[in-house]
Amino acid sequence: MSEQAHATTGTYLRVAAILVMVTLIEVGVFYVPAFHTVLVPVLLVLSAFKFTLVVMFYMHLKFDNRFFVFLFGGPLLLALAVVVSLLFIFYGALRLRTGV
Amino acid sequence: MKSWLTTTDHKRIGLLYFWTAFGFFLIGGTEALIIRAQLVRPAGIGVSAETFNQLFTMHGTTMIFLALMPLSAAFFNFIIPLQIGARDVAFPRLNAFSYWVFLLGGLLLNASFVAGPLFGADRLSVAPDAGWFAYANLTSRQFSVGPNVDFWLLGLQILGIASLAAGFNFIVTILNMRAPGMRMLRLPPFTWMTLVTQFLVITAFPVITVALVLLMFDRFFGTHFFVPSGGGDPILWQHLFWMFGHPEVYILILPAMGIVSEVLPTFSRKPLFGYTVVVYSGVVIAFLGWTVWAHHMFSTGLGPIADSVFAGTTMLIAIPTGVKIFNWIGTLWGGQLRFTTALLFAVGFIAMFIIGGLSGVSHAAAPADLQQTDTYYVVAHIHYVLFGGTMLGLFAGMYYWWPKMTGRMLSETLGRWHFWLTLIGMNLAFFPMHLSGLFGMPRRIYTYSAELGVTRFNQLSTVGALTIGIATLIFFWNLLSTRRRPINAPNNPWGGATLEWAMSSPPPVYNFTVIPTVANRLPLWQTERHAPMEPLPERPPAPIHVPGGSWWPMITALGMPVMAIGALSRLLPVVLVGAAVLIVGIYRWAYEPFET
Amino acid sequence: MAHAHRTSMGLDSRKMAFWAFIGSECLLFGSLISTYLVYKGRSLVGPYPHEVLNIPFTSFSTFDLLMSSLAMVLALAAVQRGDMKQGKLWLLVTALLGMVFLGGQFWEFSHFVREGLGLTTNLFGSTFYVLTGTHGAHVTVGVIWLLTLWVQALRGKLGPGQALTVEITGLYWHFVDVVWIVIFTVVYLIQ
Repeated sequence: MSEQAHATTGTYLRVAAILVMVTLIEVGVFYVPAFHTVLVPVLLVLSAFKFTLVVMFYMHLKFDNRFFVFLFGGPLLLALAVVVSLLFIFYGALRLRTGV
Repeated sequence: MKSWLTTTDHKRIGLLYFWTAFGFFLIGGTEALIIRAQLVRPAGIGVSAETFNQLFTMHGTTMIFLALMPLSAAFFNFIIPLQIGARDVAFPRLNAFSYWVFLLGGLLLNASFVAGPLFGADRLSVAPDAGWFAYANLTSRQFSVGPNVDFWLLGLQILGIASLAAGFNFIVTILNMRAPGMRMLRLPPFTWMTLVTQFLVITAFPVITVALVLLMFDRFFGTHFFVPSGGGDPILWQHLFWMFGHPEVYILILPAMGIVSEVLPTFSRKPLFGYTVVVYSGVVIAFLGWTVWAHHMFSTGLGPIADSVFAGTTMLIAIPTGVKIFNWIGTLWGGQLRFTTALLFAVGFIAMFIIGGLSGVSHAAAPADLQQTDTYYVVAHIHYVLFGGTMLGLFAGMYYWWPKMTGRMLSETLGRWHFWLTLIGMNLAFFPMHLSGLFGMPRRIYTYSAELGVTRFNQLSTVGALTIGIATLIFFWNLLSTRRRPINAPNNPWGGATLEWAMSSPPPVYNFTVIPTVANRLPLWQTERHAPMEPLPERPPAPIHVPGGSWWPMITALGMPVMAIGALSRLLPVVLVGAAVLIVGIYRWAYEPFET
Repeated sequence: MAHAHRTSMGLDSRKMAFWAFIGSECLLFGSLISTYLVYKGRSLVGPYPHEVLNIPFTSFSTFDLLMSSLAMVLALAAVQRGDMKQGKLWLLVTALLGMVFLGGQFWEFSHFVREGLGLTTNLFGSTFYVLTGTHGAHVTVGVIWLLTLWVQALRGKLGPGQALTVEITGLYWHFVDVVWIVIFTVVYLIQ
């Protein structure tokens, strides 16, 4: 089992604190009307950040063999492409046809 | 008998896959023959529309999921650990589990043929009848009232589990169990293509799993995922299905391409021309295979942008495919050719796949496809690539690896009859379909009007199909009659270059007396650059531990069809019993001491 | 469990298989999320998302699951260093937090049903329940898995030698958490 660098308990607690804070920010953005124009991109970025933290630190991907990044990252990117392309096909096409 | 039920030996599992899949192949072929009998003349021979729907649905479903994929799996199982210099796959019990799930799923699907009375149907057969791609909303409870589509979706759900499990198993096996020195770019091409295929499996099957779950919810629980009256969009089914379905056809063809890349070098006594490029082309094909799915949907009104994008990506995929073909020709060119049956089938693959590829490229042009889609032109295309391609490739593999798998040689004389009758038969059967399709004969019709002018084409197709049938029986006879021969095939009857030929035919249960250290791509050959590897010792230097069998893969597998039967009969207790069997099986499996 | 043989990539086979499985699950949840998004705003009748979704409540569920990932990681660290007392504790805490999440889901679902949103009421109901239900089923499997390990630890049969098993359990659990992060954003926050 390869354990090059290793996160400490302190790191885990710090990550947990960041996750909680980011969640609070997300909820805040949701409730503050002034942010509604940027709601979607901000939330996507923030949740992607949380996602990355959990994967890198809790799932240890930052410290593990790079191959696991490929094994997970490849299908993950594919899944993202599936979501985006279906959204475009169903909404983009709709917008094009109705000229909206 | 017990040892076969509990086996975790990849070689035995490979044989189990082979015979089971071949049996389903014969069933699928029978379905085809009845279809062709019905279509030999406009008025048919008396097969009803409903029966005809079941026949073409089961023919497609059986051939794809119960014949072609498992026949490929037979070779994955038997050959891959040998080619990489391993003693077995990474997860032997998971491997056995995949087989049992496949067998049970296939039996469930075919049980529908005689399950009618159990459902109060007015006929014996309630086999799936909505086409192998089961378009919504024909498959809704409103338009498909009986249990036919339920058998299909539950059967496929079960089969998907088998494929996924095998996918994880072979990815880890190929990456993590290679012999010392077996670098990735020293792997035999069949192993490479299998690896690429398994990545397609583990990414594509979850998508059809979701599609089937949504359909199941519609049919069992009244949701409207694909029901327009509830806001659902039947087109979503098509997208989800083809997002699986297109990678699926590459799952079907890549292993056969891998076989061709093994057979050609052996019988040309030349290394595979452009090995690296052939490997990379396979990877590119798999990747691009994920980008083309909506070319199955050109007639659904996707809009000009989507149409153009998918037409473009579809044309693009012809490039790596063409690269492989040129490399195969380059392999044969200048070689010392020995025209064994295996080589004949491999060369036949190239020729037939080119034809199928050409009709495929013509489909890529969206405007042309609008005329071709849903006609027999597509049927011609798919059979040239799947029969002329995959099946001929698999036959090549059978003649090539049969001695290794069974210790007996197949008759070359019968093999020649098999090959030539198959080649003539398939062209007779499928070539006219290009024409009948362009003349306007739609798919999935049980009769046609004489005025359509396609009667002659249909007659030729039926004769061709019969010829294929006869050829297949000759092959079956070949398989059966060799069982009477002594097990005396040499280690390396064809002079192959790769590790599966290093030991006896069949290999000892532990595969290799000593795990070889590999120094190049062609370990058993003398080449300009290197000598062959040292022969492996007759006997292992120390006793080799071989894991025993296990009951748990089979028992765990049983849980799923029981759950399916519970669902089909709307009996929740039966579903729960099946789930309990599954859970107990998993626990006993997890806690069983099992040393690989 | 099998002792480690030499492997050609120097990686543990079970860990590799599990990462491949997680990759595969990305496609599973990706397809379900796609279905949800494609049908967003297409319900023919209500209730509609803004009428029933309860952000404060769901934020608490999100917080709960995030904390459970912390507990999981502490459990693994404990098992790896041989501290089985802490290992048992944190495994149990993770499982309990998971059960709290499930309880919350159950409460939320019953609340929605009372508000008139059933599985078949409209596309929102169908896509919502199938997506979050699939996630909930995954959490349930995770809780059972964790409790199984906890019981095994109680019997003294879980130790640093089984750290890989606990690590793989963790991978599963964190993945389920990460899927929830996506669902929370895409279903609840982006309405």
